[in-house]
Amino acid sequence: MNVKQTLDTKGLSCPMPIVKTKKAMDTLDSGDILEVQATDKGAVNDLSAWSKSSGHELLEHKEEDGVFKFWIQKG
Amino acid sequence: MEQTQDKTTMVVFSGDLDKAIASFIIATGAAAMGKQVTMFFTFWGLNVLRRDEYVNVEKSFLDKMFGKMLPRGPEKLGISNMNYGGLGAKMMKYTMKKKNIASLKELIEVAQDLDVKMVACTMSMDVLGITKEELIDGLDYAGVASYLADADESKINLFI
Repeated sequence: MNVKQTLDTKGLSCPMPIVKTKKAMDTLDSGDILEVQATDKGAVNDLSAWSKSSGHELLEHKEEDGVFKFWIQKG
Repeated sequence: MEQTQDKTTMVVFSGDLDKAIASFIIATGAAAMGKQVTMFFTFWGLNVLRRDEYVNVEKSFLDKMFGKMLPRGPEKLGISNMNYGGLGAKMMKYTMKKKNIASLKELIEVAQDLDVKMVACTMSMDVLGITKEELIDGLDYAGVASYLADADESKINLFI
């Protein structure tokens, strides 16, 4: 996957992961892929919901050693 | 793709720390989801917007008393349950900091950064004798009609 930017929100709690994701996404172009790393337990549901209502596509997510990783393509 | 530009509106009536935190989490979250957010601060909610330092303004005796009794800004608010004269609020702030959760002060800054519209209710300001000089910068000043006009265009509308 051609990741344009990686955003580290590890250790941050709601609502900061989506706030930071929004800020990072604003700097990207349509079609770019943003990788987001988070440890907030609500992140899976939150970033899915955020992507959906913001018009972006959550391509994939997985958990690695307690860190959630998301790949979101800008809509 | 265009982000949906529907609005989110909120009346912040409470001056309790926990409720103020909840309202700012929802407001910043909504703004991060691309919504235009209006927070309308009325009655005790105005305390959230007060500057933490004393501001010397000409006031009546009663207004001065109110000013002294009401908490000055996010650091001075109590929590709605188990406050125990401020001890509960201190514990809450301590544990939130330890767990790396944004403080109310930080959340207000995030909200301002995300262009959340914060409106101070001018009628409540009159009631509590609070002047513009005593409130933080970057606020709008308005009344119920302005709030209702925004609420009319919102899908999410809360009273906290």
